[in-house]
Amino acid sequence: MTSLEIVLNGNPHQMQAQQSVAALVAELNLTDKAIAVAVNRQVIARQRWEETQLQTHDVVDVVRAIGGG
Amino acid sequence: MSQAHSSFTIAGKTYNSRLLVGSGKYKDLEQTRLATEASGADIITVAIRRVNIGQDPNAPSLLDAVPMSRYTILPNTAGCYNAKDAIYTLQLGRELLGGQNLCKLEVLGDEKSLFPNMPETLIAAKTLVADGFDVMVYCSDDPIQAKMLEDIGCVAVMPLASLIGSGMGILNPWNLSLIIERATVPVLVDAGVGTASDAAIAMELGCDGVLMNTAIAGAQDPIRMARAMKLAVEAGREAYLAGRIPKKFAASPSSPMAGRVA
Repeated sequence: MTSLEIVLNGNPHQMQAQQSVAALVAELNLTDKAIAVAVNRQVIARQRWEETQLQTHDVVDVVRAIGGG
Repeated sequence: MSQAHSSFTIAGKTYNSRLLVGSGKYKDLEQTRLATEASGADIITVAIRRVNIGQDPNAPSLLDAVPMSRYTILPNTAGCYNAKDAIYTLQLGRELLGGQNLCKLEVLGDEKSLFPNMPETLIAAKTLVADGFDVMVYCSDDPIQAKMLEDIGCVAVMPLASLIGSGMGILNPWNLSLIIERATVPVLVDAGVGTASDAAIAMELGCDGVLMNTAIAGAQDPIRMARAMKLAVEAGREAYLAGRIPKKFAASPSSPMAGRVA
C-alpha cells in the first residue's frame, strides 16, 4: 500500500491509497454537506468528485460558508 | 406603501427588502437566525472559509440557521487582498451554492483601513463578469471608479460610507450623490453604518439599498437593532420618494395667521 501525502486545507494529510475527491470527502464525513472542493486551486464540481483522483502533493481546499460581512 | 416602490431588482431578480445583512460577529447561530429574521432582509452575505478538519461535521452550520430555501445567500470575498484570491474564493462560493452567479466582490487594501484596493477590484471584476458572475462590488466612494465598475458589467456598486465596522456613518454624502446620479445599476452603501439614522440618510440620498453587519451584530440588542434598521431603510426610502422640503435659513409658520385670538 502506497502512502500518499496531500495538503488538505493548509496541512499535510496522509492518504492510505490512491483516492478520489469523493472518497476523501466521504472520509471526512462531509459528503452531504454544503461544501466546495478545489484541487490545486481548480474548483472540482460535485458531479466530478468521483472521477477526480488525487495525486501526491495535490493541494486540496474544502470550504464552507461561515458568518461574515 | 406600494410594492413597486419598496422592491428592487438586482441582476434580473426582484427583492422585497432593500436592507442586506452580513452574518458575522453574532454570539451564536440562534442570534444570527433571529436578527436576520428581524431585519426582514432577503439577501444575506456569507464568508467562504476552509472547513476545520476534525471538527464535528454534523455540528449546526450557518446555512442551517439561514437556509438557502429562504434567503439569497451572497458569498463574499472578505479577507482577500488581491484579485486572484478573490476570484478563487468566488469560484468556490459559486460551486458551494449550486452554481449561483450572484456574489459580492471585495478586494481589500490593508488590514488597518479595510479600504478597497481599487486596481485589484477592477481586475477581479473584469475576470468575474467574463466568467458569468453577477458581481455586486464593494468600492471606494469615487464616482469615476464606480462608473468603471458599472461599465465592466457589475450588477451593483456598493461604495463604503465610512470604514468597515467603524459605525462612523455617512461621511461623504456628496460623493454618494454623485455616484447615485450617474449610476444605471443599483447603488448600495456597503460599510460604515452605525445606527438607524445612518441607514435612513443613505436611503434619503437615493441609495437603492444598504448592506450592513457590525451595526446590527455589534449592537447591545442585535435583534432589536435589526428591526430598527429595517424600519430606517423603509423610512429613508419613503422619504426619498416623498421628496423632502428644501433646507432654507428662514422660519415659516405651520399655522395660518388668520383667525388668531391673540
